[in-house]
Amino acid sequence: MIEAENVHFSYPNKVEALKGVSITIKDGEFVAIMGQNGAGKSTFVKHFNGLLKPTSGTIRSDGVETTKSSVASLARNVGFVFQNPDHQLFSETVEDEIAFALKNFGFEADVIEKRVTWALNLLSLTQYRKTSPFLLSGGERKRVALASVLAWDPKTLILDEPTIGQDHEQKEKLRQFIMQMQTQGKTVVIVTHDVEFVAESNPRVVLMKEGKIVADGIGKEILTNPAILELSSIVLPQIAQVFMKLKSLGFPKNIIDIYEAKEIILKTLESKTGK
Amino acid sequence: MSIFDGLRFRKVYSPIHNLDPRIKFVYVISIFVCAILFAQIIPLLLLFILQLPFVLLARVQRQWLRSLRGASFLAGLIFVINVATTYFTSGYTLTASNVEYAASLTLRFVVLIESFSVFFLTTSPDHLGLALEESRVPYEFAFAFTTAVRFVPVLAEEAQTIMDAQKARGLELEKGGLLKRIRNYVPVLIPLIVSAIRRSLELAEAMESRAWGATKQRTNLYALKLHRGDYALLAITVGILATAVYVHFFVSIPTIISLL
Repeated sequence: MIEAENVHFSYPNKVEALKGVSITIKDGEFVAIMGQNGAGKSTFVKHFNGLLKPTSGTIRSDGVETTKSSVASLARNVGFVFQNPDHQLFSETVEDEIAFALKNFGFEADVIEKRVTWALNLLSLTQYRKTSPFLLSGGERKRVALASVLAWDPKTLILDEPTIGQDHEQKEKLRQFIMQMQTQGKTVVIVTHDVEFVAESNPRVVLMKEGKIVADGIGKEILTNPAILELSSIVLPQIAQVFMKLKSLGFPKNIIDIYEAKEIILKTLESKTGK
Repeated sequence: MSIFDGLRFRKVYSPIHNLDPRIKFVYVISIFVCAILFAQIIPLLLLFILQLPFVLLARVQRQWLRSLRGASFLAGLIFVINVATTYFTSGYTLTASNVEYAASLTLRFVVLIESFSVFFLTTSPDHLGLALEESRVPYEFAFAFTTAVRFVPVLAEEAQTIMDAQKARGLELEKGGLLKRIRNYVPVLIPLIVSAIRRSLELAEAMESRAWGATKQRTNLYALKLHRGDYALLAITVGILATAVYVHFFVSIPTIISLL
């Protein structure tokens, strides 16, 4: 559970990146934080594990105020996967890379071994166990970075731009993976620009602009509201665009899910041909 | 990192910014030489004060102060070490003149930092590269130099991101003894170096695709030309240098202690 109360944050160069952000993210929720570049999304999520501390206001991660705890102890519960895997990979083998955090958190050797095997398997990296992470492709490096965080099984997972540079298949795997995390009661927070990815997964959507939250609600409502999206210069998901254009024919306008769209179109076709 | 802040160029327009970088460099080197010539506090103090008009004219006082603040730790260290060594070598006695000597060596360091800070704060990397080129430094070297200067802030930012990423994986940089602490930085340094190399390869490709080095006879959009201000600064520099040399050889400089 992450609770933010009126969080303000200014960088040392006096740029005010957050101007009073309040939000509660409950256990097991799947939240997508969206908004323009420079809206404060990444700055905000870096508060969840204490990498940044609010200038004023409070952030509580599982009831612990982040200003009163170290990043290392907060990170045990809040895993953070950075956008660029090259900012964290340094070990000689993929296996060592994944074990790094586990060693930092003081896990026993046999537990580390088990966790590494588990994480490698989870992200289909087992064949690269002894490979240098620097020899892997971009997408694979990204998966190693993800595995290295998942290995310690944090309660909350933050993914910064997880879909960038991933092909469709990998995105689909990522989506299924997030769903799987949810069934295990984990909290997942993603920061993303990828409207289609969000539309397909239908999470709670939080829209930020200039350091403030401008909209917060279910994806289906927010991603089909052109007025709200325009605020953050986000375009509607393609399906929503189609249904928006078909509004005059009596189609509902708040559709973002492919299967739901298909059902509606089929039903309309049937009733037409049935006549 | 604040010491580097004082060396980072910011685009503003002032009479000092418009000066020819070559002349400015000659000026800085002259101040450097003067500072080395003297180990007495009075001329060093004068050198320090002499540069204040430049700082004010260039309107970089804030960044300049920050660089001095960044240097204050080293300056303090120089002072303490000098006082301590004279204290121990002169048979555990502390005389006022020893303290004054330590203070003047510290001031010498501050003057050096001050002049370099003014130079880098008021000279854009472009100007610097141009100056190197016009001084017959091969273009490849001049380009490599300006690129390196330009990438310092980028690397600093990247180092911060990497530290964040590793801290998020439970790395505690400030934990353990000295050796352990140094080892703590391995997970930060390796990604930093690897991504710097990767970036340089990408930069090389991007440059080659824009025909870098296609012709030997490059022309510049902006050419450096000496203006009236440059001659004035050159005259001032020669004046300072001449006075300093004269004073050094022919005038005995009193210490503050002897004046009191």
